[in-house]
Amino acid sequence: MNAFTKITASLATAVALMSGSVQAELNLAGLSAEEQGLAIAKERKARDLGWGDSTSAVTMTLRNAQGEESIREMRMKSLEIDDDGDKGLTIFDKPKDVKGTAFLNFSHIDKSDDQWLYLPALKRVKRISSRNKSGPFMGSEFAYEDLSSFEIEKYKFKFLAEETINGVDCYKVEQIPTDKNSGYTRQVAWLDKEHFRGQKVDFYDRKKSLLKTLTFTDYKLYLDKYWRPMQMDMINHQTKKSTELNTASLAFKTGLKDSDFNKATLKRAR
Amino acid sequence: MNRKLLIATALLSATGVQAADFEISGYVGFEWREHFEEGQYNTANNEQADRQLGLTAEPEMVWSLVDGEHTIVFKPYARIDSEDDERSHGDIRELSWMTYGDDWELTAGLSKVYWGVAESQHLVDIINQTDFVEAPDGEDKLGQPMVKLSLIRDWGTVDSFILPGFRERTFPGEEGRFRTALPIDIDNAQYQAGEEDAHVDYAVRWSHTIEDYDLGLSWFNGTSRDPLFKPVTNNVGVPTGLSPFYAQINQLGLDLQATLDSWLWKFEAIYRSYDDSVKNSFDQLGQLTQSDFGVEDYTAATGGAEYTFYGPFETVWDWGVLAEYQYDSREDGAIAIGQNDLFVGSRIAFNDVASSEVLAGISQDLDSAGTQSFVIEMATRLNEGLKFNVDVFLPMSDDDENLSYQFKRDDYVQVSLNYYY
Repeated sequence: MNAFTKITASLATAVALMSGSVQAELNLAGLSAEEQGLAIAKERKARDLGWGDSTSAVTMTLRNAQGEESIREMRMKSLEIDDDGDKGLTIFDKPKDVKGTAFLNFSHIDKSDDQWLYLPALKRVKRISSRNKSGPFMGSEFAYEDLSSFEIEKYKFKFLAEETINGVDCYKVEQIPTDKNSGYTRQVAWLDKEHFRGQKVDFYDRKKSLLKTLTFTDYKLYLDKYWRPMQMDMINHQTKKSTELNTASLAFKTGLKDSDFNKATLKRAR
Repeated sequence: MNRKLLIATALLSATGVQAADFEISGYVGFEWREHFEEGQYNTANNEQADRQLGLTAEPEMVWSLVDGEHTIVFKPYARIDSEDDERSHGDIRELSWMTYGDDWELTAGLSKVYWGVAESQHLVDIINQTDFVEAPDGEDKLGQPMVKLSLIRDWGTVDSFILPGFRERTFPGEEGRFRTALPIDIDNAQYQAGEEDAHVDYAVRWSHTIEDYDLGLSWFNGTSRDPLFKPVTNNVGVPTGLSPFYAQINQLGLDLQATLDSWLWKFEAIYRSYDDSVKNSFDQLGQLTQSDFGVEDYTAATGGAEYTFYGPFETVWDWGVLAEYQYDSREDGAIAIGQNDLFVGSRIAFNDVASSEVLAGISQDLDSAGTQSFVIEMATRLNEGLKFNVDVFLPMSDDDENLSYQFKRDDYVQVSLNYYY
């Protein structure tokens, strides 16, 4: 019954998408700012359901205030899980001293994520605490929470305004993290009205001052439905450091299964 | 249309496919270990090293066949030590073939396996022999011949091992550090089993994750990786050396970790039993030499917790504090090091671009106020591929009955540079 409802819902979304511009603009009339924000977020989430699984290769370029660069390279496998957060397996290729290190993540909507780290030199799998949401990922300007999947339950939303970002009409939405361990007091996100894709996000730190800005560029369409940015730029306004995240390759529906995500596959990941 | 570009692209992608089939990586390293005190066992014609320089290399070659369904790994290791001939050595850490299906995995060849959760000692981890000349912490291991079948099921993973062939523990030479008062006669190791190092050992481990708990139960039957030592005497009965004796054992192991928010709770325990014949023969030897070899069935355990502060003092650090207690039912510091000891430590991951981290800790023998050891481990990346490590180990003991006493002057500071490619 539940699965059927879900299929019907995604069919409805698909039909809505196919009917094009008629459904492209969300009807927000008569709603409070909070209800409008939630409606936008739900639409964003609905448009991203059903992607199944994906594999990708990603490069991160870390730059400090002096412009010195450091490179990170990793490959990721992801699996969409019905009614819960995604499963992910990340294999690190660079820096070379962490080559072969792998990270397994079962994200959850209603409880903390399950995470394991594989250390190839010791051949040891360590269960690690997922409590560290706000810490830097691989020394970059991306925090762990910036890279986790978008879930409605993670925020309280509020519609702020309609604004144009780089010539694209956007909804400007405030997102207040519900997790007390988040490093942010609030985020302000700009989503384009046509496809509900993130264009820009401002992050405010625990002292409520502007900390970072993330911009998304070079969107590509996959499976005729899913938009993914090939480049993400995170700029830290306080330290003047930045990280550029480039997607080198990305493929959907590659046939990954639940059995590709466990401690055994973590150990043999290469 | 640019044909040249097209051909170049095609060639590039073709070499790309080739590169995925074979890959080589690894490191070469330089190590400088400085000892503060003169060797405890210096004699007129033998001096223990005060400064050891080392070169190390560990390339790893990986062949991936049939879209990664089969993997062959070859990982040799070599060290050249400036002072200790026994520490200069080579090993094949890995030479194995692996294949897998949806819910199973098969490995055959020389390989390495790690079991356990604790940080201060590794009781449960038994498959691989310790490469003791590498470091006194026992974390370096020799490649072990094995056939390993893993079955991955909803109710847990079962790893079954056939271990054909045994590796003897490595020991520093007379000019090295972390040696015993009497030299170990590594060329004349003795075995309980008639097949000696060709004895086939068996092991099984079940492991599972239930919510926030990761647990493992293991059983090992075969040649103990920890040798017992028999004194070697000359023709007038004066002890001149120690002969490693590898007994047959049965060992049950349990490891458990609870991951609860910022807390990691860890517990490992083993029960090890020997055959009566071995216990009796060491009892008789003990009566003859008026010493206690402590060869009895025993239980040992390590348990403790680690708490991590995330982003303390407005930093982006992970600051962890940990404590582990070590117990051994033989209750004798002359037989087991972690018999009633407490380890307290702290580590910081700075989460910077250089992945800098530091760990500092102290182990205190609760039965011997003057027996403790300090350890500091620091690591940072100097540039892409170049890793810099500083390790400090300061063992201390004023109790000549304690096992740690023989290492009391082996304190060292070690600086190492490893280049990864």
